[in-house]
Amino acid sequence: MSDAPLLKLRGLEQVFDTKKGPVAAVGGVDLEVKAGKVLCLVGESGCGKTTTARAAAGITRPTAGAVEFRGKSLTEMGAAEKTAYRRAVQYIHQDPYAALNPTRTVASTLTAGLKRHGLVKSRTEARAKAAELLQLVNLTPPESYLDSYPHQLSGGQRQRVNVARSLAMNPELLICDESTSMLDVSIRVSLLNTLGRLRDDLDVAFLFITHDLAVAKYFAWDGEIAVMYLGKVVEHGPTPEVIGNPQHPYTKALIGAVCEPDPDLAKANQSAEQLRSAEIPSLTALPAGCAFHPRCPAFEPGLCDAAEPGLDRTGANGNGAAGGRRVACHIVARDQRRDAVRSAADGRDDRTLTLDAVPGSRRPASTGATEDPHKSPGAAWSA
Amino acid sequence: MTALDAAIAKPRKQFGETFFGRLWIGLTRSPAGFAGTVLVLAIVLFSFVGPLLVNQDNPTDTTQIWTSPSAEHWLGTQYEGKDTFTILVNSGAQPIWVGTLAALMATFVAVALGSIAGYFRGRIDAVLLQLTDVTVTIPQFLLMLAVVAFFEDIPPWGISIVVGSTMWAFLFRSIRAQVMSLKEREFVEAARLQNLGAARIVFREILPNMAGFIFVNFVISVNQAIYAIVGLYVLGLMPSGTPNWGLMIHQSWGQNFYLNPVALPFVVAPLIMIVLFTIGLVTMGRGLDQALNPRLRER
Amino acid sequence: MTDPILSVRDLAIAYRTGRKESVTAVSGVDLDLYEGQSLALVGESGCGKTTLGLGLLRLLPGLGEITSGSLTYRLKDGRRADLLTMKKEQLRRFRWNEAAMVFQGAMNAFNPVIRIVDHFADTLRDHSDGRKWSKAAVEARAGELLETVRLDPDRVLQSYPHELSGGMKQRALIALAIALDPQVLVLDEPTTALDLLTQRSIVQQLHELRKKFGFTMVFITHDLGLAAELADRVATMYAGRIIETGSARDIFYEPKHPYTAGLINAVMPVKGARPALESIPGYPPSLKAMPDGCAFNPRCAFATAECGQDRVPLELLTDRPLAMHHSVACLHHDQVRLQRKENANV
Repeated sequence: MSDAPLLKLRGLEQVFDTKKGPVAAVGGVDLEVKAGKVLCLVGESGCGKTTTARAAAGITRPTAGAVEFRGKSLTEMGAAEKTAYRRAVQYIHQDPYAALNPTRTVASTLTAGLKRHGLVKSRTEARAKAAELLQLVNLTPPESYLDSYPHQLSGGQRQRVNVARSLAMNPELLICDESTSMLDVSIRVSLLNTLGRLRDDLDVAFLFITHDLAVAKYFAWDGEIAVMYLGKVVEHGPTPEVIGNPQHPYTKALIGAVCEPDPDLAKANQSAEQLRSAEIPSLTALPAGCAFHPRCPAFEPGLCDAAEPGLDRTGANGNGAAGGRRVACHIVARDQRRDAVRSAADGRDDRTLTLDAVPGSRRPASTGATEDPHKSPGAAWSA
Repeated sequence: MTALDAAIAKPRKQFGETFFGRLWIGLTRSPAGFAGTVLVLAIVLFSFVGPLLVNQDNPTDTTQIWTSPSAEHWLGTQYEGKDTFTILVNSGAQPIWVGTLAALMATFVAVALGSIAGYFRGRIDAVLLQLTDVTVTIPQFLLMLAVVAFFEDIPPWGISIVVGSTMWAFLFRSIRAQVMSLKEREFVEAARLQNLGAARIVFREILPNMAGFIFVNFVISVNQAIYAIVGLYVLGLMPSGTPNWGLMIHQSWGQNFYLNPVALPFVVAPLIMIVLFTIGLVTMGRGLDQALNPRLRER
Repeated sequence: MTDPILSVRDLAIAYRTGRKESVTAVSGVDLDLYEGQSLALVGESGCGKTTLGLGLLRLLPGLGEITSGSLTYRLKDGRRADLLTMKKEQLRRFRWNEAAMVFQGAMNAFNPVIRIVDHFADTLRDHSDGRKWSKAAVEARAGELLETVRLDPDRVLQSYPHELSGGMKQRALIALAIALDPQVLVLDEPTTALDLLTQRSIVQQLHELRKKFGFTMVFITHDLGLAAELADRVATMYAGRIIETGSARDIFYEPKHPYTAGLINAVMPVKGARPALESIPGYPPSLKAMPDGCAFNPRCAFATAECGQDRVPLELLTDRPLAMHHSVACLHHDQVRLQRKENANV
């Protein structure tokens, strides 16, 4: 496990002024992306995931908190450092149609950054490099794409050109904002496979934004998922654990709501637990306490609507291992405390809710998620 | 790496992919646009090449005053006995080149200032906007009259400057608005995120997307400028040296030629030229709009 | 077995692209829909599924036209009627009374300056046969319909569309579609652009409505999960043709067309282990340049020279009752296996 994070969001807040008053699109997000790793932000529209990504990419300036790249806050960077950051962190837009200039050829789009930053010496070299980039994103043979205009390409091909453009800068981190959501199923898989190969071969880290849990699971299997709701992270942990054994009621609801491409499973799923309300509260009038409580099936009056739950590590008092699971839910926290008391009383370890270990204690051998979360830090220091 | 080597050899652009290629396709595709272009080209040829072909020796001939059209004088003769057709052929060049120059200057200034204001916003934008507010509130034609009256013997290029300076403000505003909206587009954001630099972003990412818009506005400006220039001549505010459509109308009007039936060709010919040129420019502009507007062209 | 409620035979739909040119978006479609069934038309963008869906009600936009084939409905009174020979007035009565459409994009399907209640008034008055709808009658009926889709009439009726959330709009749209008790409901991408939890509640709603009213449903979707959830039968479309049709279990567990299998292989599941998924190589053909023979053959792993020659017709694979058949348009369907099934067992 690498030590220093590549990108760190520290208490990130983004408040927009609107006619109805200030709206906190993002209300205090702490996340890290490590070199060569994937962090997936999932959530429904309006949860603040795109706002978070845009702040991380330096497109917008957060109203509070900081975006740190290699340990240095963006606001404290000098011009040279800022340029280095700009090259190292690349952003890929959602809409492959809007993100390419309709009047420029693929070659012109790809070589602009190369020439600007002196990465190539001549036109010929720039063109050769552009061809190389197209091969990297599986647009082969490159010569049949180099002189195409965007309108001559399909959505999947355009998105590949966008990825190639970002690769021209030799990035260390790609921020993908719903970059596959406008593509058809089969095209989406092949683009995700390509991105996965880039991560493995070029050691590029990803901050991957999506509303689609299946995409998050597929792409971030070896990484982490953070689930956002109304501007806050409500659950965060290694992907197989969050998807396989969700803890927060909102995550559970999301996973339960997915339509699986399996008719038998779908029939079994029809009795899934209903939310108390289908309406998402407005960001201008957030509910008191836990923002999810008006919809939460596990809601307990007096507990959930009183104070805002912190994003706590499950199983420990907040000082668990880095990369462990964090959940912002009063009910989960309370059950945890009870279990801890009980297991302390019984002198044995029978926690079923938690996957992560209390420092010094042994990792539970078998839990709900049987898939091996082999990147789990718990294993690193199990006795 | 053979595939890469092959890729390096850049093929020539297809004609249809270049700006002028698209221009040509757009102008010839729709029948109306094509007709407009033909009309404009015909009048331009008539006015610029025509003078080289007709006999420029057109003496005053008191025996030939106000004759009807004949094989010798296609449009008859005028009050000095000169050939009306020869005068008409010589009359188009000045309004056209002066108008085009005025429109060029206005478009250039509007594009330059409009993209600066729209892209950088801030104080420079506020100042420029104030300036256009002032410019727009002054009655354009009165301003022209005042300037022309003040500088007697104003040269043709001076007229271009005067006319152009009254036209740039409107164009500036629409260019600025376009730049502001294009600036928010994702491909511009992508370019900004790659630190491509303001100059490249404005000139290579934003402006090419407005090429059609700018060109169409230029064509319309030419039309307006010609109207303004002809108007100044009609009012008799300009030196009466070079033959000119406006001068012809001025004479017809000022000396009551329009009451004389035999003078009809002399009175009507410049009017027809102006009307045809206007119709040509407008239909050509509409055809261009369809050809160059990315929204209409793509998908 | 009774007659199908809707029979489509050799339907072709083209869009005019110029004065004399047109492209064929849908061709050679044969389809039978039996009472109470729900059919999913699945496929990727540009495969013609929306065009076909709109064609089923003759709701094609200005440049589209049905160029051949027949569309026969069994009406409520038991008569059979060919939609293609109907006059304008007959068609107006047919729509909403016999078959209704829920258009794609709940966000834009309502006129933004008209209150919800007036949308109901317009629909009820326009499509009712002779019946006069008073203001009170409209409000009563609309209120009843909104309650059916779990919306509060007091809050919704007098609202303008922009005052409702996406999910509420979609519900109101469904209520509007069933206002005159149609037998057939065509839904175009009913959950696209909605949030996950809202999608789930709409799916639940459609289940309930089907149970309650028993209407026949056709829904158009690119989301195979939705098809698995809502459909009894699935028809896969590729390049303007139906290439496979069968029960949901046939399609999801034993697809026989390489394209269907490829699609199902490309869908990412949320539950269970993470499979390594494969995409279908290449891109769908342009409508202007269709490959000869089977349109899928340039991308197909099983393709032989024969595939590129003649159009491959749908072949009946089962001897079940016609309402439940499994048919496929592939010469090599016996070689097609769902890879994921095998992988999953490893």
